[in-house]
Amino acid sequence: MDAAAFLVQLLNGVQSGFLLFLVASGLTLVFGIMGVINLAHGAFYMIGAYLAFWLTGLTGNLLLAVVIGVAALAVLGVVIERLAIGFLYRRDHLQQVLLTFGLILVLDDLQRLIWGSDFHSVPVPDLLSGSVALTTQQDYPVYRLFVSGVCILVALGMFALIRHTRLGMRIRAAAANREMASALGLDVGRLFTLVFALGVALAGFAGMVAAPIGAVYPGMGDRILILAFVIVVIGGIGSVKGAFAGAMLVGIADTFGRVLVPEVASMVMYAVMAAVLVWRPQGLFGRPA
Amino acid sequence: MSPAGPEARLLLAVGVGFVGLAAFPWLGSEFYVDLVVRLMILAIFAMSLDLLIGYTGLVSFGHAAFFGIAGYTLAMLTPAGAPADLVVALPAALLASALAAAVIGFLSLRTAGVGFIMITLAFAQMLYYFASESSALGGSDGLLILFRPELAVGGRSLVDLEDPTVFYYLVLACLAGVLLLLKGLVRAPFGRVIRAIRIDDRRTRALGFATRRYKLASFVIAGTLAGLAGFLEAAHGGYVSPGHLGWHQSGLVMMVVILGGMGTVYGPLLAAFAFGLLQDQVQDWTAYTGLAVGVFVIAVVLLLPRGLAGLVAGRSRQGGRLPP
Repeated sequence: MDAAAFLVQLLNGVQSGFLLFLVASGLTLVFGIMGVINLAHGAFYMIGAYLAFWLTGLTGNLLLAVVIGVAALAVLGVVIERLAIGFLYRRDHLQQVLLTFGLILVLDDLQRLIWGSDFHSVPVPDLLSGSVALTTQQDYPVYRLFVSGVCILVALGMFALIRHTRLGMRIRAAAANREMASALGLDVGRLFTLVFALGVALAGFAGMVAAPIGAVYPGMGDRILILAFVIVVIGGIGSVKGAFAGAMLVGIADTFGRVLVPEVASMVMYAVMAAVLVWRPQGLFGRPA
Repeated sequence: MSPAGPEARLLLAVGVGFVGLAAFPWLGSEFYVDLVVRLMILAIFAMSLDLLIGYTGLVSFGHAAFFGIAGYTLAMLTPAGAPADLVVALPAALLASALAAAVIGFLSLRTAGVGFIMITLAFAQMLYYFASESSALGGSDGLLILFRPELAVGGRSLVDLEDPTVFYYLVLACLAGVLLLLKGLVRAPFGRVIRAIRIDDRRTRALGFATRRYKLASFVIAGTLAGLAGFLEAAHGGYVSPGHLGWHQSGLVMMVVILGGMGTVYGPLLAAFAFGLLQDQVQDWTAYTGLAVGVFVIAVVLLLPRGLAGLVAGRSRQGGRLPP
């Protein structure tokens, strides 16, 4: 592999790492703050991708589709939290796993019912469809760079929200001590609804911006959920910093695995996960149990 | 009522159930014999998971991995145009499942709680994607098993599993064997230790038990029994596919365990029959089984947190948990 090809693969790996970070951070936030393990997270990613396909077809504009789609997904998140997830905060993980597994079955079939079982693609917006020259022979698509940029912005925005706003302070308070926060007059139930909706919107947003890069197909959420699990385990459960490190590691390892050892590419990241488990069972940034 | 009352009644009910199952091939049509075989295999699979979830307190979301591995082993050992030898294929399949459970269990048990759930799922999906992409394993179509394994001595077939009735009794014998084995196991000192681990791992360790080893042993036993179910399933259906390894399989069997009431062995056995029949009915009137099953699962979690067994046990003084 020459230097230019290496650079292209590295950029691809980093870009896929950023996307994975959006998904994994939603998963780890919902777990870290609310103590809920949400298997349906990948299904929201899939619904995001389908909304991007459907709304782009209707409006002819990916940006508009993303704005409408994210709003729709946030509403869906609020509804699901109010109807189902909200009853699980005091139950054990087993019940959360089962309920969100049931949710996947429902969402997968609803997707088939509404959009059918075909593969779809979403066109890259005209404005971003070009490519930039990396070297004299090697080009790189603008859209992929754009995705990385957008992911960085969203991640920074999330960080600012949680660290530097009044709302973020309240969320951190509710995560640290639910009873105390509620005794001090915070509406913890409403905060958790908001956090869950935020997590759903993040997963959906990732699905939307990823749609023009790959295909939109049934079951696409399963793969991303497993990747997010691997990332969260590598990084340390509940740690956003860990989710970032894990996402980069998995994104880059997976991309290079596909190029260097295509026969066993799908195993590479699990090998990374097994190695991390043997070395640091609590994950890279997790606190020891 | 004497303390042995509910236990004796339960034993009687299970005994009557088994007599009914043994008589079934003479009463039911071939279609229903086929259905009952599938239900019994699901019951073996569910009981094996109950050892982990209900008794050891290990929520494994990758139990289908061992179910599928045994099926793939059988497919690999079945030569083209001839059946595999049962005496070779069955131990090999169980051994493959046990080995996989030892490796996955060793790594996964380094974590606990949510981490354990995620990791067991991740390892099972690793095998799922490996099988879907491997041409040697038939990719996403899987492999056909054209002949059920046979038990032959000197070229003479002793047990012909192609005969549906013979196969039915083999599965019934396996079901009874697994039930007796698990019941014996949870009553034995080993069972007392794993139940103590479920309640409080730390205290059990403080009492001097190497809890990690007990958990790994439990994981390997459960994985091997899941392998038995997977072997029978593959021989029965005549094929094995990545779907046998996938998380839908793991999720469904977990749901059967919860539905039946975990930590009871009998509960998952009964729930396997109830749920299997229900699923069979649903398949007849809609292609969207996921929607129906999903809504059912969500309703059970929200409305019956202790499963169907909780409905029955809730009225007794057993505190919601049937005697072991």
